[in-house]
Amino acid sequence: MTSAAALRSHISSTLGTRWDPAFGLDRRPVPESLQTGIPAIDELTGGLPRGSLTEIFGAASTGRTTVMFSLLAQATTRDEFCAVIDTTGAFDPESAERGGVRLPQILWIRCGGNAEHALKATDLLVQAGGFGLIVMDLADTSTQQARRISLASWFRLRHAVEKTSTALVAIAQNVNAASCSALQLNLRQTQVLWSGKLLKGLRAEAESRKHYRVRTAAFTAQR
Amino acid sequence: MFACLHAAGNLPLLLECARQFSPLVEETSPDTVVLDIDGLEPLWGTPDDIARALMQRNGVGASVAIARNPDAAIHVARGIAGVTVIPAGGEACVLAPLPLNLMGGSASPETAETLDLWGIRTFGELAALPPLGVAARLGDEGVHLQRLARGEADRLLRLPGEALNFEEAFELDYPLELLEPLSFLLARMLNDLCARLAARSLATNEIRLRLDLENANPHTATLRLPVPIRDPKAFLKLLQLELSDHPPAAPVLKVALALEPVKPRAQQHGLFIPVAPEPEKLELTLARIAGIVGAENVGSAERLDTHRPDSFVMRRFAAQRPEKSQAAVLPEETHLALRRLRPAAHAQVLAQDSRPVQIASAPARGRVLACAGPWRTSGEWWLPNAWNRDEWDVALNDGGLYRVYQDLSSGRWFIEGYYD
Repeated sequence: MTSAAALRSHISSTLGTRWDPAFGLDRRPVPESLQTGIPAIDELTGGLPRGSLTEIFGAASTGRTTVMFSLLAQATTRDEFCAVIDTTGAFDPESAERGGVRLPQILWIRCGGNAEHALKATDLLVQAGGFGLIVMDLADTSTQQARRISLASWFRLRHAVEKTSTALVAIAQNVNAASCSALQLNLRQTQVLWSGKLLKGLRAEAESRKHYRVRTAAFTAQR
Repeated sequence: MFACLHAAGNLPLLLECARQFSPLVEETSPDTVVLDIDGLEPLWGTPDDIARALMQRNGVGASVAIARNPDAAIHVARGIAGVTVIPAGGEACVLAPLPLNLMGGSASPETAETLDLWGIRTFGELAALPPLGVAARLGDEGVHLQRLARGEADRLLRLPGEALNFEEAFELDYPLELLEPLSFLLARMLNDLCARLAARSLATNEIRLRLDLENANPHTATLRLPVPIRDPKAFLKLLQLELSDHPPAAPVLKVALALEPVKPRAQQHGLFIPVAPEPEKLELTLARIAGIVGAENVGSAERLDTHRPDSFVMRRFAAQRPEKSQAAVLPEETHLALRRLRPAAHAQVLAQDSRPVQIASAPARGRVLACAGPWRTSGEWWLPNAWNRDEWDVALNDGGLYRVYQDLSSGRWFIEGYYD
């Protein structure tokens, strides 16, 4: 134990309840997590943290939407309500339902390609509270347009979602929120699976990038 | 104490007379009204004075009876003309000579026939029967009739219920051009209406606003809520959002608001039930978002019962959990998701042996590395927008995995979306 820690411990034990916690460290409890439903990613990350912002990013056909649908399916099966802020209107109800998503529990907001509208809608939904999962889908938004969302806006979102049980997930082509996200998942396609002349699925690799820890896990999505 | 007025065919006059004395008036039948005269002594004097005043004021020569309970007063008024005031405890004596047919609908035809067969013709004869015997032979109805005959049956007056009308209107001295002063008016009206709803333990799921405009047709707006709410602040915000999205075309001359009364929402919260958005907050949030992206772009998707690709409708989102019987089962495998391009992007496709080998389009461009298909689908040929197409799953050299299709009616190729 360092001398400072020993001194603090001594003062704390001497003063008892009169010890002002302002002098202590604000120890944040381990956040609850929302399982993705993909065992490899859950093992890698322990689930997506609630009350935090998670970024899932990668190029097209790397499994970002598959992970999103799996998350939505997990949350809606737990009787939670979710919101999808769909910047470009790419959400496919049929595909989502096949993935186990309960559509009546999903609030779908189409923003007509306007990332600013998506940001405003996300902000309003986070402020309203009560949603188990809010997904801001910027997957088809160009990197230049997504980067127009300022870090201050991401910080506000992170701050708004703190101390709630909502998991806020942003899906994009690249990292946008930087240090405002508690978890970053980089997805890469590793193989397209064909079975004879049939498309069977794709295999992808998820890389968890945050705070100097880079770990990877592979998963397969079936057609 | 209760007073009864009885006169054939003069109900409006009887009611008018009774309401001059008391607000608690029962319309017993088309020729009889009963009023509660408790507490009228300081104004009108003793029951005898009240009876005489009623007699003088009714103007139709109605018979008046005052008794300790409404039924005794009714029977005496029907049976004895003029003014009768029955002292407390003297009901049985006054009622005794009256014929049983004065009870009207109190006795069922079967019971009335039985009593007639027994030779019971008057109140006094019925009152004199042994109670246990009456109960054994005529049941509850017989017991009740005997209590009526003895003048002992007490009850509350059946007062006509007020029509539930939650409407307010406000005519302005001068036309209002701005929404802000209009909001003040709406706030006041909503507060009053919600207080009236609260007084009756009701809520509302529909708000109707009507603005009469200067030299223009009235502006109307109807807000329908998925769950009953009784929060004037939330209603005001919703109306403000509605009016800012669809402002009236001319200055406002008159404001009218109506709330549809419904039973409030009853919800059992549980310790282990996940949180859900609060309906009031959710409605406001959805209204705000609808103001940004358009109301048609906010909701929850419901798939249509058809094979047509991408068929769904947007329903209003309501944070209501499904029944347990609708519990969904998670698929065992992770399904590959499709992202759609809406509308499907037109593509230039180079084909060899009817298989795509090169694709050029705005969202995707490249050489086809592998493909699967064609999967032919068609349907609704009897409609102008029938579909008939060959679908392909293609992997391009840019790493993208696309779903493309050729419209067989036009021969054109489209990119429907990509797997992600």
